[in-house]
Amino acid sequence: MSNVAYQVMWNRLISIVEEQAQALVRTAFSTSVREAGDLSAGVYNAEGQMLAQAVTGTPGHVNAMADAVAHFIRRIGRENIFEGDVYITNDPWEGTGHLHDVTVVTPSFHNGNHVGFFACTAHVVDIGGRGFGADAASVYEEGIYIPIMKFVERGTVDETLIRIVRGNVREPDQLVGDMYALATCNEIGQRRLAEMMDEFDLSDLGGIGDFILDNSRRATLERIAGLPQASADGGMTIDGFDAPIDLRVKLTIEKDRMICDFAGTSGLDKKGINVPLVYTKAYACYALKCAIAPEIPNNAASLAPFEVTAPVNSIVNAVHPAPVALRHIIGHMIPDTVYDALDKILPATVPAEGAGCLCNFQVSLRPAPGHNGTRSEVLTFNSGGAGARPTVDGLNATAFPSGVMTMPIEATEHTGPVIIWRKELRPDSGGAGQYRGGLGQYMEVGATDGHEFDFSAMFDRVDHPARGRQGGASGAPTTIARDDGTPMQGKGKQFVADGTRVVLGLPGGAGYGPATARDPELVKRDLIRGYISAASAIKDYGFDPQTVTDILETVARGETA
Amino acid sequence: MQNHIRLGVDIGGTFTDVVLEVGKDQFSTKVLTTYAAPENAIIEGMHQVCSKAGVALDAVSQIIHGTTLATNALIERRGAKTALITTQGFRDVIEMRTESRFEQYDLNLTLPEPLLPRQHRFTLSERMDAQGNVLIPLDRAEVEALADQLAPMGFESIAVGLIHAYLNDAHEQMIRDVLVEKLPGVMVSISSEVSPQMREYERFNTTVANAYIKPLMKSYLGRLKGRLAEEGAVCPIFLMHSGGGIISLESAAEFPVRLVESGPAGGAVFAANIAARYGLNKVLSFDMGGTTAKICLIKDQTPKTARVFEVARTYRFKKGSGMPISIPVIDMVEIGAGGGSLAHVDAMRQIRVGPESAGSEPGPACYGRGGSRPAVTDADLTLGKLDPDNFAGGSIKLHSDASNAALNELGAPLDMDALTAAYGLAEVVDENMANAARVHAVENGEDLVDYTMIAFGGAAPLHAGRLCEKLGVKRLLVPTGAGVGSAIGFLRAPFSFEATRSVYMKLSDFAPVTVKTLLSDMETEATGFVRTCDATAPIHSEFKVYMRYTGQGWEIPISLTADQAMNPDPATFQALFEAEYEALFGRTVAGMDIEITVWAVNATTDAAVADALTATPDESNAAVSGERDLFDPALGKVAKAAVVLRDSLVPGAVVQGPALITEDETTIVVPTSRSAIARPDGTIDITEVQS
Repeated sequence: MSNVAYQVMWNRLISIVEEQAQALVRTAFSTSVREAGDLSAGVYNAEGQMLAQAVTGTPGHVNAMADAVAHFIRRIGRENIFEGDVYITNDPWEGTGHLHDVTVVTPSFHNGNHVGFFACTAHVVDIGGRGFGADAASVYEEGIYIPIMKFVERGTVDETLIRIVRGNVREPDQLVGDMYALATCNEIGQRRLAEMMDEFDLSDLGGIGDFILDNSRRATLERIAGLPQASADGGMTIDGFDAPIDLRVKLTIEKDRMICDFAGTSGLDKKGINVPLVYTKAYACYALKCAIAPEIPNNAASLAPFEVTAPVNSIVNAVHPAPVALRHIIGHMIPDTVYDALDKILPATVPAEGAGCLCNFQVSLRPAPGHNGTRSEVLTFNSGGAGARPTVDGLNATAFPSGVMTMPIEATEHTGPVIIWRKELRPDSGGAGQYRGGLGQYMEVGATDGHEFDFSAMFDRVDHPARGRQGGASGAPTTIARDDGTPMQGKGKQFVADGTRVVLGLPGGAGYGPATARDPELVKRDLIRGYISAASAIKDYGFDPQTVTDILETVARGETA
Repeated sequence: MQNHIRLGVDIGGTFTDVVLEVGKDQFSTKVLTTYAAPENAIIEGMHQVCSKAGVALDAVSQIIHGTTLATNALIERRGAKTALITTQGFRDVIEMRTESRFEQYDLNLTLPEPLLPRQHRFTLSERMDAQGNVLIPLDRAEVEALADQLAPMGFESIAVGLIHAYLNDAHEQMIRDVLVEKLPGVMVSISSEVSPQMREYERFNTTVANAYIKPLMKSYLGRLKGRLAEEGAVCPIFLMHSGGGIISLESAAEFPVRLVESGPAGGAVFAANIAARYGLNKVLSFDMGGTTAKICLIKDQTPKTARVFEVARTYRFKKGSGMPISIPVIDMVEIGAGGGSLAHVDAMRQIRVGPESAGSEPGPACYGRGGSRPAVTDADLTLGKLDPDNFAGGSIKLHSDASNAALNELGAPLDMDALTAAYGLAEVVDENMANAARVHAVENGEDLVDYTMIAFGGAAPLHAGRLCEKLGVKRLLVPTGAGVGSAIGFLRAPFSFEATRSVYMKLSDFAPVTVKTLLSDMETEATGFVRTCDATAPIHSEFKVYMRYTGQGWEIPISLTADQAMNPDPATFQALFEAEYEALFGRTVAGMDIEITVWAVNATTDAAVADALTATPDESNAAVSGERDLFDPALGKVAKAAVVLRDSLVPGAVVQGPALITEDETTIVVPTSRSAIARPDGTIDITEVQS
């Protein structure tokens, strides 16, 4: 095979996994998958090494997916792998970190020979148990557990599995539909792979696999070798469920690897915000890759030089049966923690702290007593502000590190009797600085008349807002209350009566550099657009009140572009 | 139509293409686009072709016009001072987008600015629910107060987009009434008319885009009409829309966002007409120019259409980096792959091509204008596809040594010489285009193997042969007039208008009378638009519903016959949906309810009847004018290729690959695996040789 042919095949494999992911988006039932893009897809060689992965909304699946297929091979047994098989699991430790992620693996056969695997993962809206939230005391309460097993054997679906699943979840049609969608997307990948192998007359993926892995490994090692060999500590304190959590990391750069050790991090939480190590690895690795090797695609070799360790039963290395449903809250905070350390080795590279975790909530609606109506589970993904960067403002209401999309509120309101009354930017929530933190957002959530609901909150940064870097100010904290003024907690399931709304202020990102160094033209622009208030322009950026008044008058006259 | 003298005009970024058709004769020209007053280029081009044809301007009976002006105004942000009025609580929908990053690994990513800055977005207290019921009534006095507030601010155009207005437009209508009354002269666009579709970001953005370009387009179209009249051309002027049909000048001025992408739509119609002439029901059109390549599926001689697309991508043509526009549009993929696309070697020692382009200045290295990085054209030259002394009819001398130097540099880290690097570069760009075509086909449930490719645009004939090999496509047509394909396509397009509605209906709760009424109303609306263009031509309606399993987020389009639409029956709808779903995704999902979300009625006159193809005379051997070394990527080696002048080919002339069929604008590469024959209409028909 020529180098040119291998280059073409590598391109093709990346195209195939993107196609595989796209098929999942189009056939999935859960809004989290079809609207938000919370899924991933990849292709593997026969040894279970990941060769290519679709770039989807979820860095959290990165390493988890890379490791998952090896678990399947071990559990199923090579001798039991047949053409026409499809395997499944939602094991948090051998899949992608919580029961709500369903992973499906399909062995790929070509001319009767087993040549590799396709795998995909999707976040489903309901998996039974207590429902998606932090309230469980162990993984047993968080939903139905599907160990690594055959979903389809030689083309025959395991109907017993389907019946058990159906009997244990709130939205059985949706979940079973998603299981089929996962199998279908692997099938589409498999079809394309067979065509490629025919075109290039391949009998296995050995040659192309080595080509991909060798080049990726070399490229990654070159990047690491170009970094200072040094070590630094980083840390961040966040809300946790009942008590604050300390995240601690020691980052060490050696000539051929980067090591994150989370020793010193808080122990397990009693509630479901604990993180299996595989998910910690994913976000630590993602953070480092963004900073030093953003364009190198994810595969077994490019991920290998990043090593992540953590003490067993620290909150970032929870083991069975710890509750882990909301592992994303802590997981999404890992990059900011790692960046605290990396900033000390590579200054002017990483952003200030941001909102970190997605600001998700799930609403379980039902008719209020004495009313008729519908029951419904509605999950939404929302974002606070991202941290300011060394030379540019933070992104407003945009997810980082997660990359999932929000759902259109019109689509959300079609899924149940929920009303989103407000969803817009939250002025003054971005931390002041030479570069301002991204704005968070306001949301107001209620139900149609005659419905009450449980509001499952999944927020952090209520007591620990994003901290600025190099003199930048902190972002605004999360706020949550009912519209009648009664307070609510940042995490956990809370009752909301008929006619009452939940009022949310999602957090802002922090600033970078001192506010006094900000270009006055940018302050003026922010004031004109209402990203900052008059008070902030005066207090944070030193504008004199008359100037502020003059600027606001030009806005009222429509004289600003 | 035969006695009509018709003019097709396509205003592109660089050139304005003008084609005059007098009976069966065609006269065409390209003049430089005149940005300040685009109508000037039209007038100049019109004079040129009329004088070539020997007809007076006032003899032209119809002008069909398409333009990138609307697209460019969005890309370059040259629209009017525009305000948005929206539902309280949703001021920032067009700015917050999807709350995601379209590039996951770039820490310094910036998002495109919304079309309107925040201080130009205003809210009113009102609200509809997801069934279209009023939750908060709109108070007319509040609207009047807002109109008073806006009055002194100098807005030329106002967009109105309210939550769930696609289900109930009462509040949007009231706002428009007040604005029209209190702010005469200000143009108003409402979302329930511009784009009555669910998903607020797409709908609001489309409405804002319409409002933003409306003053500009309205004034341009008015000026154009005036200038043409001054020159004596008093014939009606029609506009090509993005959905591949023609609308009146007045409709275009009201909904200018429908003109976005009208040029490429013309290209697809052009290909569809060739498909009709050859009786082909499965065609892949491939249009490759200097910076991008566009690929479109044409089934049953009709280009595939979609309901949403993205314009003004800001980041390497990356999905999500532009803005969504939801209007009926010909569905095509566009990727950053053209003759000017530049190559580099990345950290993985892989050759990457595009989307960065050398443009025309400095151009590829071989232009000798200071470009030192290798472009696709450099690879094409080094591989022997282009003749350095005969590029663009000999008007540009190409420098092979400059190409080789640039390619040597590219290949150095890979231990590749210039020829191997050129091979790698060409294979990568061809693979990128092939991947785009494959993905597009899969998304539409199509297998390309039994497709025919129709190639046009300057760079397409150089790459189409290899693309066919990669895709397993057995037949390739390169028609004449490929350089002005879009403008010719305008002359082939029917009058058409598509009406769409978002109305949710489950098949378990199917209401035949409601469906019939809805579709009839939409048919009346769409037909009305078409009638403003042509008072007498027969109009037929195409009915489409978008269906999905309840709970899914993506709908698939299902076509209905007129009978199925007017005698609606849930069992028929279910059977049609399940058949299509199975074709797309391999299996249906048992036991799930099915719902219809969007209804569409496209009223259209008949497509132009394709000129019948006369029989190809007996085969003869083409006159060979020379021989050149041509690298054949399928063989991985250099072959001796015959050089044939396209002008010298008589119908029936056969050219066996490897061969190069040259003309002024481009060169058709016939790979070793293919054989070409000239058809009576001048089309070069290239098919796989059975080995």
